[in-house]
Amino acid sequence: MTNAATTPPPARDPAWLGRLFWCGAALVVLWPLMHATEFRPWILFEAKNLEVTGDFLASFLPPAHSGEFLAMVARETWRTVAIATAGLTLALVIAVPLTLVATSVLSVSALPGRMARGPFLLRQAVRWLLIVLRSVPELVWALVFVRVVGLGPTAGVLAIALTYGGMLGKVYAEILESGEPHATQTLLRNGGSRLQAFFFGLLPQNAAELTSYTVYRWECAIRSSVVLGFVGAGGLGQQMDNSMKMFNGGEVLTMLAVFVALVALADRVSAGLRRALG
Amino acid sequence: MHAEPTPPPGRPGQAAANLPYRLPPRLFDARCRACWFSAAVLALVVASFATLDLQWAQFFSLEAARSMGRFLGEFFPPDLQPEFLRRVWIGTWETLAMSALGTALAAVGGLALALPASRLHEADPARGRALTRLVLNALRSVPELVWAALLLIAAGLGPFAGTLALAFHTAGVLGRLFAEAIENAPPGPGAALRAQGVGKLRVFLYATLPQVLPQLMSYTLYRWENNIRAAAVLGVVGAGGLGQLLAFHMGLFHMGKTATILGAMLALVALVDALSHVARRRLTR
Repeated sequence: MTNAATTPPPARDPAWLGRLFWCGAALVVLWPLMHATEFRPWILFEAKNLEVTGDFLASFLPPAHSGEFLAMVARETWRTVAIATAGLTLALVIAVPLTLVATSVLSVSALPGRMARGPFLLRQAVRWLLIVLRSVPELVWALVFVRVVGLGPTAGVLAIALTYGGMLGKVYAEILESGEPHATQTLLRNGGSRLQAFFFGLLPQNAAELTSYTVYRWECAIRSSVVLGFVGAGGLGQQMDNSMKMFNGGEVLTMLAVFVALVALADRVSAGLRRALG
Repeated sequence: MHAEPTPPPGRPGQAAANLPYRLPPRLFDARCRACWFSAAVLALVVASFATLDLQWAQFFSLEAARSMGRFLGEFFPPDLQPEFLRRVWIGTWETLAMSALGTALAAVGGLALALPASRLHEADPARGRALTRLVLNALRSVPELVWAALLLIAAGLGPFAGTLALAFHTAGVLGRLFAEAIENAPPGPGAALRAQGVGKLRVFLYATLPQVLPQLMSYTLYRWENNIRAAAVLGVVGAGGLGQLLAFHMGLFHMGKTATILGAMLALVALVDALSHVARRRLTR
């Protein structure tokens, strides 16, 4: 005891050896990653690259602000929002029926104990369908639909509808199953139909959470619809892609600013709505 | 939203046996906020469908169905030649490496930005806080794909641009989360060190960081999971990985090869999902 009191506290970090070891280990792991990603930061500063980048950045100023261009940006911004909204509406059309089929709380045969084999397999199949729909990225759906229906907003709307249909369906089913099933099961036991049990038992319980998740996804869909423009689905993304290919920095800057403002606005609206829902 | 029913008129002290029969509320009421909200949503949806020139007729026509069927039919059989499989494997590894390195860079960059973006203690003036938060928001609200398209000009085609794009976007996301975590850390240990006259950097390294590190790690892992999905498609604009292979072969209508690449993409996403599901269950148990 006295010994411990008299020895001075260590002057340097007592764990330095371990820290040094882990830093070394991290570098060893990072090396193959850097190799695979051709991570060569110095090429950013090669004279030729620097010149191209500098020219592009210099062309950012002043941002494009002619009336005609701004009108076009406003039109394309609305298109972006419209693609997201239409896509999400169709996603709901896909997701809601599939959710009703997939939710195990609404199973009549599961009331006494185990679910019967047929309904169980059906629910599992629907669940797999939802997982497949959501795990194909919307950009890939868009690439496929651009081949089939041609360039334009139809491909974007369909891509958002399929991916978000899968996401919404899966999460809706999870939300509905996470609540207290008592009221729903009582309705079912007393002879209510599944739809009645859903509308009067399950939905009132979970309405706020379902709405809040849907609003959040709408915000995500707006971001997606900009990205989808890059493969030719129309909207702000497509114009941005065109301007970038022409190295027109001023137009890019204006559109980036509009886009950041749009995302911030959607963020604000969605956060406000979700707070109001509690 | 709706006014509570007023008690039925009657002599005081004598409640009515039954509440008077009430009609359901009117469908639209000018004082009902939910009604206005629903009306606005409906208007937005109708306006969206009305202004977009959607070609449903073309999509649901017999010809479109046939071309869709032909298109899907060409996916089979997937191209499984060993030489091509090797390229897909390289693409998959590139995608994984891009996501891992991008997330690691973002964690470092996010931490560097989170420090000026947070109020470290009560008396901290935190002068750069508002400005840094603005930068973080701008980084965050530009999607990875747009960053990639912008960075292609500086970094050239290939996975390096994709890695940087992931790092930029994710640094914005993680920086904000890290700043919240740092501000919410218990202030006790930091205050104790500061009272001893320990410098800022060492207070952070030995008091704040150890407390928030588990949270920072879990945020970073969560973003990594997202970034693997993002990295798979970044290549569509030419930023390397599976997406670049996909865009290339789809552009040339090599449908068998496209099918293989799509399969690899789905397998990668499913694998990551399963792993993170297991890991999270382990952590929460």
